[in-house]
Amino acid sequence: MTQFEETGPRTPVVEPTRVDKVHPRAKMGKSIRVTITLIVTFIMIIPVLVMIMTAFKSRADIVTPPPKVFFNPTLEGFLYLFTDRSIQSPSNLEIERAKSEELGYWDKLALSVGQKINGPSDYVGRLKNSVIIAGTSTILSVVLGLFTAYAFSRFKIVGKDDLLFFILSTRMLPGVVVTIPLFLLYKQLGWNDTYIGMIILYTVFNLSFSVWLLMGFLDEIPVEYEEAALVDGYTRMQAFFKIVLPQAVTGIAATTVFCLIFAWNEYAFALMLTSEKARTAPPSIATMLGSGGLEWSAIAAGSLGFLIPVAIVTFVLRDYLLRGVTFGAVRK
Amino acid sequence: MTASTSQLKRTAVKPRQRHLSSRGLVYLFIWPTLLLLIAMNVFPLFYSLYLGFTDYSAIARQAPEWVGFQNFANILNDKNLWQYFATTGRYALMTVTLQTLVGFGLAMLVHEKFKGSGILTTLILIPMMISPVVVGLFWKLMYNPTFGFFNALLGFSDPSKSPDWLASRFAGQPMPGLALWAVVISDVWMWAPFVMLLVLSGLKAIPDYLYEAAAIDRASSWFQFWRITLPQVAPLLLIAILFRTIEAFKSFDLVMGMTGGGPGVQTELISVDLYRIAFLGQFRTGPASALAYIILIIIIAISNLYIKYLNKSKGEG
Repeated sequence: MTQFEETGPRTPVVEPTRVDKVHPRAKMGKSIRVTITLIVTFIMIIPVLVMIMTAFKSRADIVTPPPKVFFNPTLEGFLYLFTDRSIQSPSNLEIERAKSEELGYWDKLALSVGQKINGPSDYVGRLKNSVIIAGTSTILSVVLGLFTAYAFSRFKIVGKDDLLFFILSTRMLPGVVVTIPLFLLYKQLGWNDTYIGMIILYTVFNLSFSVWLLMGFLDEIPVEYEEAALVDGYTRMQAFFKIVLPQAVTGIAATTVFCLIFAWNEYAFALMLTSEKARTAPPSIATMLGSGGLEWSAIAAGSLGFLIPVAIVTFVLRDYLLRGVTFGAVRK
Repeated sequence: MTASTSQLKRTAVKPRQRHLSSRGLVYLFIWPTLLLLIAMNVFPLFYSLYLGFTDYSAIARQAPEWVGFQNFANILNDKNLWQYFATTGRYALMTVTLQTLVGFGLAMLVHEKFKGSGILTTLILIPMMISPVVVGLFWKLMYNPTFGFFNALLGFSDPSKSPDWLASRFAGQPMPGLALWAVVISDVWMWAPFVMLLVLSGLKAIPDYLYEAAAIDRASSWFQFWRITLPQVAPLLLIAILFRTIEAFKSFDLVMGMTGGGPGVQTELISVDLYRIAFLGQFRTGPASALAYIILIIIIAISNLYIKYLNKSKGEG
């Protein structure tokens, strides 16, 4: 009986495929979709491209309509951002030009726009403040958050859900509600416009987030590993440091970076609780508007400085981004 | 239960004193965090409730004086504040609706993988990681009527005949609402990727066999979208919507960077006004605290809704 001929594909099908996906119409639909995606993505990142372009434009190129896409790149924006300059009289300029041979790159650049560098701008100090405050507070909130998250993840705690909700709810408060009393409290303590005040504030600001996010990561580490270690005579602390910590490294790293970004980008608290000594970069970029005309290239250069680290981080953390922006509440 | 087991262990290992009992460890691990949160969040919360009933000003040298419900009554009778609340509500409605639509669309586009879809997704996600105040400032440059890119991209070439977004003027004529739209557009640009991210995770969780079954039954893609995709993504979409609504009511940085509430009071969101009352001019701390409390109550109402849906979706998943 040979009526049952073999009718399947000649070559074995090795990967799962669906009829409705290899149909010509579906294939055409896919190429249309890819094209649309490309166009939409391009539209979405136009502002980012404009930011990058503007950072390298000269002042004249920025303010001449219509906006230019092609231009001579210059580092003027960064000069305006990082240095404090004074406008020179023509006679002074001549003198300066005469000895321009021995000047460095930035001095020459300043000279070409008729100015002389007096020293670093306020922004340099504020970047330093940002690094110190964001860095220290991030370390503190991750360390504290790690211990708390571990306790919540591994032990039976009375009123656990309520406590966790309390921790989460602190982030639901609008910043301004907390700021007014904190402003008064800090005034009593002499903490307004100090590193310690801002570091503690940002630590607490990130703490609820770090607890929730780390708890999600810790929950995924099987508890059996520690139980085995405890049976083998490890103490809780030893088990925590030798068994749990190494496995939680990725989660800790992701949490650290998210906390860092939040602290680094924070604007409202910094605006209200700092003025000079401990002012961070974001409110400082904003005030660059107020002092001496609109220095757009400086603003764009400053924005670019914020953009680059963030773009790298977005790429590195893309798998954790979802957890990061939803407090670890959504894990898939 | 933990107490009893640790008790057992302690008796079992009696010669060598354990460094810390589990219970002690738990307290050691949890209390620093809780104390910090109480000191920096709970205390201020009650303190500002108290201040809300006083006429205190942070720069005056007078002690706070109890005025009862005066501040709350003033706020509820203040037509301007009602207007700012209305503006905030409109802003929330506009941004959240648009973000949901755009974010959902983006997610549908990049959901099925193709060559380079990963890098495109990453590029789309960049806006929401930038500091909101920087975004606000930067869009201010984009919206500039003479040399900004926004009008040029929309096809307006003559500055005198094109919209001046942040001044709410079109071709020299006042056009109220334009500034609010400008803020909404930048906010949508910044946060639509957030909705996309959540929807994407929802889309990934939909089992393939649902679509396979639908394909076998020759269901149209339209039908598949309404009967499979949307209901399956709905819980996460709701989370995204509620999250964004809460944030919209708290919105401060972006508006401050872009318009500072102007022109006039057209983009004066309630948080911006709160900042003005509390920290500019006379530092009217008492009234500001009262207003802050009213905002807080609104946000708590929304958060409760959020938590409810979160639990529900967790229960299902």
